[in-house]
Amino acid sequence: MTAPDTGDRTPGVAAGISSQSGLATAAAPVLTIAVSLLGLCLLWGLAANAWPSRAFPGPGQVWQVLLAEAANGDLFCHLGATLGRVAAAYVIAMVFGSVIGVLLGSYRRADRFFSPWVILFLNIPALVVIVLAYIWFGLNEAAAIGAVAVNKIPNVVVTMREGARALDPGYAEMAAVYRFGPLDRIRHVLLPQLQPYLAAASRSGIALIWKIVLVVELLGRSNGVGFQIYLYFQLFDVAAILAYTLAFVAVMLVIELLLVQPVERHATRWRRRPA
Amino acid sequence: MQPVGAAVPLRVDIAEKIFRSAQGVSVTALQDLSFEVRQGEFACLLGPSGCGKTTTLRILLGLDKDFSGSFQLPEGGSNRIAAVFQEPTLLPWRTVEQNVRLALPKGLRTKNLDGLFDTLGLAGMRSLYPAELSLGLARRAALARAFATEPAVLLLDEPFASLDERTAERLRHLLLTVWSARPTTALMVTHNLREALMLSDRIIVLSQRPAHVLGMFDVRLPRHYRNPQVMSDLLRSFHQKFPGVA
Ligand SMILES: Nc1ncnc2c1ncn2[C@@H]1O[C@H](COP(=O)(O)OP(=O)(O)OP(=O)(O)O)[C@@H](O)[C@H]1O
Ligand SMILES: [Mg+2]
Repeated sequence: MTAPDTGDRTPGVAAGISSQSGLATAAAPVLTIAVSLLGLCLLWGLAANAWPSRAFPGPGQVWQVLLAEAANGDLFCHLGATLGRVAAAYVIAMVFGSVIGVLLGSYRRADRFFSPWVILFLNIPALVVIVLAYIWFGLNEAAAIGAVAVNKIPNVVVTMREGARALDPGYAEMAAVYRFGPLDRIRHVLLPQLQPYLAAASRSGIALIWKIVLVVELLGRSNGVGFQIYLYFQLFDVAAILAYTLAFVAVMLVIELLLVQPVERHATRWRRRPA
Repeated sequence: MQPVGAAVPLRVDIAEKIFRSAQGVSVTALQDLSFEVRQGEFACLLGPSGCGKTTTLRILLGLDKDFSGSFQLPEGGSNRIAAVFQEPTLLPWRTVEQNVRLALPKGLRTKNLDGLFDTLGLAGMRSLYPAELSLGLARRAALARAFATEPAVLLLDEPFASLDERTAERLRHLLLTVWSARPTTALMVTHNLREALMLSDRIIVLSQRPAHVLGMFDVRLPRHYRNPQVMSDLLRSFHQKFPGVA
């Protein structure tokens, strides 16, 4: 009973030669991105030439600093420290936020009671949480990462609560009738349904987290991109500030391209081949 | 306690099932509903739309515990209950084969399913995702999942609804084939009288809501004798016994 409609066949055919056409279709957007970024650099270079100033270095100067920092190893050391904090805060925020969000989305009474808490935490400025964490728990790594996670958790809770409300009870009932174990329920019934919400929370999460991590580092750590930016701020070295910022943005882009998008494609593979 | 090996029937004795809405409106779906399905028998629950058939199955499946009365399920096989829902309810993110295997008890997860998939015409579809199946194929996959668990009792809720008549007819024959290979106590909901006469050993005729049993209609004839001539005789005698029922 395969569909005779030719329109239905195209995805299957495309999948068959995906190794070739996949490369071609992947190359086009990458090219666009490269040209677009190059244009931005050019514009920046022109502007820096028109208004020469120590406070506004051109791309060439920033590149020089970047190379120097990379050569003496400082760059990787600080990038690594920041990346580690981002990863730790991300994992903690996603795990706690998802569990709390799904619970609130599943139990209406609990949701009504805790909803004001969520709103309260959503509206506490990141800076307040960071300062309080350092005061209460000391200037240490746990306080730093915890503060970042606490800033992100309410966002994850709100997104995952929506996800839990959208769960189809039909699948849960099927799982109950066929006596799925708790692990199977989570892995095969719950998580796939929550996947779009997890992806949304992840995306907005990583962007927010890395910005907060810089503040945490500036206020109370002695390494990381945030610490370096504070250092060069005191030295009024704009080229170094830009070098560190761009280096970290580049790292985040690579993570998005090489980690986030492939994982998402894998998780939604069942969606790409409609009948 | 029943002695081991005794033929335990499916016994239903529901005194009352009331739905109460948040606004305080209450709907009595079932009232004094009691019937029995003997071990290894295929029974159909026939009743008008909205009379409470799905509600009855949900109670038997343990999905609705808010009722007064009791029921008893047969034992045997994997001692499980299997269901084919009104919708196929396959996990869209798992392949046909994964959907079937996930429903199996841990010990049976790796069992050979070739025969079952072959019988149901799903042999080439095992690695497809449900979105790639037509409704007819998805319903076959749901049947495969139910039979793969070797249940002690099988509950089917209009498994052939919203299919064209030819596909439905083919699926009825497939259902009979897999069921005959391992006759399991089965209770199927339908409001299609012809379907009930073709498939069942016994038809349990339900009233309008609140549902109770109007009567039983036994079809003692083996299924392969139920040719068109016999079917129209069966229809006639059914209408004689239950004049008001469609
Ligand atoms: N969750 C519910 N809340 C309130 N009323 C309900 C609920 N579920 C079912 N009902 C009511 O109970 C009655 C029986 O419903 P049920 O779904 O069992 O009917 P059915 O016999 O399966 O009908 P159909 O043949 O249309 O599937 C209906 O009148 C329905 O409106
Ligand atoms: Mg129904």
